[in-house]
Amino acid sequence: MFQYTFHWRPILNALPDMLSGAWVTIQIAVLSMLIGTIAGVLLALARQSSNKILSGFATAWVEGARNTPALFQVYMVYFGLGSLGIHLDSYPSLLIGIAFNNAGYLAETFRGGLRAVPPTQMRAARSLGMSAPKAFVYVVLPQMFRIVFHPMTNQMVWAVLMTSLGVVVGLNTDLTGITQELNVKTFRTFEYFAAAAVIYYLISKVITLTARLIAWRVFRY
Amino acid sequence: MIEIRDVHKSFGQLEVVKGVSMSVAKGEVVSVIGGSGSGKSTLLMCINGLEPIQKGNIHVDGIDVHARGTDLNKLRRRIGIVFQQWNAFPHLSVIENVMLAPRKVLGLKRSEAEAIAEQRLKHVGLGEKLKVYPSQLSGGQQQRMAIARALAMSPDYMLFDEVTSALDPQLVGEVLETMRMLSSEGMTMIVVTHEIAFAREVSNRVAFFHSGRIREIGPPEQVIGSPQQAETITFLQSVL
Amino acid sequence: MFETSLIWNDLWFMIQGAGTSLAITFWAVLGGTVLGIALGLARSVAPWWINAPLGAVLDVLRSVPLLIQFVLANSLKSIVGISWSPFLIACAVLALYTAAYCTEIVRGGILAVPKTTRRAARSLGMSYRQDMVEVVFPIALRVALPNWIGLTLGVMKDTSLVLWIGIIELLRSSQIVITRTQEPLLVLMIVGAFYFLMSFPIARLGARLEKRWREND
Repeated sequence: MFQYTFHWRPILNALPDMLSGAWVTIQIAVLSMLIGTIAGVLLALARQSSNKILSGFATAWVEGARNTPALFQVYMVYFGLGSLGIHLDSYPSLLIGIAFNNAGYLAETFRGGLRAVPPTQMRAARSLGMSAPKAFVYVVLPQMFRIVFHPMTNQMVWAVLMTSLGVVVGLNTDLTGITQELNVKTFRTFEYFAAAAVIYYLISKVITLTARLIAWRVFRY
Repeated sequence: MIEIRDVHKSFGQLEVVKGVSMSVAKGEVVSVIGGSGSGKSTLLMCINGLEPIQKGNIHVDGIDVHARGTDLNKLRRRIGIVFQQWNAFPHLSVIENVMLAPRKVLGLKRSEAEAIAEQRLKHVGLGEKLKVYPSQLSGGQQQRMAIARALAMSPDYMLFDEVTSALDPQLVGEVLETMRMLSSEGMTMIVVTHEIAFAREVSNRVAFFHSGRIREIGPPEQVIGSPQQAETITFLQSVL
Repeated sequence: MFETSLIWNDLWFMIQGAGTSLAITFWAVLGGTVLGIALGLARSVAPWWINAPLGAVLDVLRSVPLLIQFVLANSLKSIVGISWSPFLIACAVLALYTAAYCTEIVRGGILAVPKTTRRAARSLGMSYRQDMVEVVFPIALRVALPNWIGLTLGVMKDTSLVLWIGIIELLRSSQIVITRTQEPLLVLMIVGAFYFLMSFPIARLGARLEKRWREND
């Protein structure tokens, strides 16, 4: 048919390197989700605040994260902050960029989730003598996380996909970065990137399955 | 002792409590009856500071509930409240529901809180349901769990806000039985209720609320047995 | 005020880049929506042995980074030996990607129509066709449209990735300007404002629609 033979050997040879890249990819995604979740909760709370400066800051973050491309946000950290004298490597730039993006989307998700927890729960907790922060942490938050668990899983998959943007700012240790290095050395573009695609697909499937397992274990009520 | 003096409470333009005064002594059971919207439930929320008031004051053991410097969290440890909608914490098992406040508010160790919770749950007849989640309980059982949850803080006062109104008729009895037991143990209680027979049986005094005011207050034989006010008579005729 | 070497030519260059971004968005959303409606309708009626493999393929498109999909499509082009421009490749890949999401949005909209509602329509003597046109589509549209708006905005933002296969869209054009002016923060802020203006008003419109329709339910 076409004058092209698919070579398996380079893929096999490169597999250990690519898998170690996949590990870096997962690391960045998990870290960005952790930061994004904490920041997202704080942003969701800040948006409800009566303090104009606080809620304005949160709104600006959320709308900025949701209405510009993730790649733009990574650029902002990598190139933009340089103008302010902050020079970051590609790894932290990517991590901060994705965490910023995650936080913005998660904040909106959390806002909806918080609204779905009946206000009487807060009231019941306060009536037992719990302070507002304690009641929030022990009574409201756990219930919110159940409501938003599915969208959070989706965000986690997106976080993995977003890590591929690192290559554009010169990251060469994650899955896409390593694939690109191999590609530049050997020009077996299709083989390497097809292999990378398969690995990304498997990672996102593992995330989905793990999430299902966690939900089944944790949310028994 | 709970002392309520000329309390006014509004939601926006709507004044629901219009100058209520009454006091409840230690060991006393006072029932509050009256039509829906008469302001009786709102008054309960004001007693433990869940709702602010616009005028008057409420003292619990000499502490002004709505004064600026009052530590409401500390005060609420001594005032248990049970709601009409039992408000179980759905993400916690029955025993965890009861343990939460002793652990997080009183700072008890897990084992200590567990012992208290188990004791209170057995007391209300839920000793077999410790590890179960609230969604697997009937409404009556959830309401008894809510009572145990409030009791776990060893309160001096218990407030009951129409605790049987949302229950299926066949489940009302078990909750009333639990409350009867508490009153026989000498617990100080304010019971907002529609169960007139129950109010008559357990209360030292009954207060009849009508459009934000107390119309009649006194021993049950008097208020329920031989009411003086026209509104009380009409109300009692409508519910009996 | 402040000194800048940014000139009107640079700005015009970036506006052209934004035009490219919007053009790619337009074609990708157009193609993806047509394909997505067809596949979504098919998925809501097809037997499982068509549904399962079709769903799996679409799932792959949603689970592999777009960047990788662009590179793969670009290299597939040279393998197969067709001479599509990068612009065409970009539109095609994004259209497939859009279709993968649009299919689920359409299917979700149709499945959101309760069976009882459809039975009621048929019991009034409506034909299958009338049931679809008069009952199912209007209800499904209300569920699907806000999601579709979200998808369109997502695709618009994802066009920034096509810079990797050598297309000068908005973000790439800004990089070229930065190389000349050496003022990354200023230029990027302008780019951010461009994206924001292209996205935010439509996002608000979508949120308003969603809210209004939910309140009417």
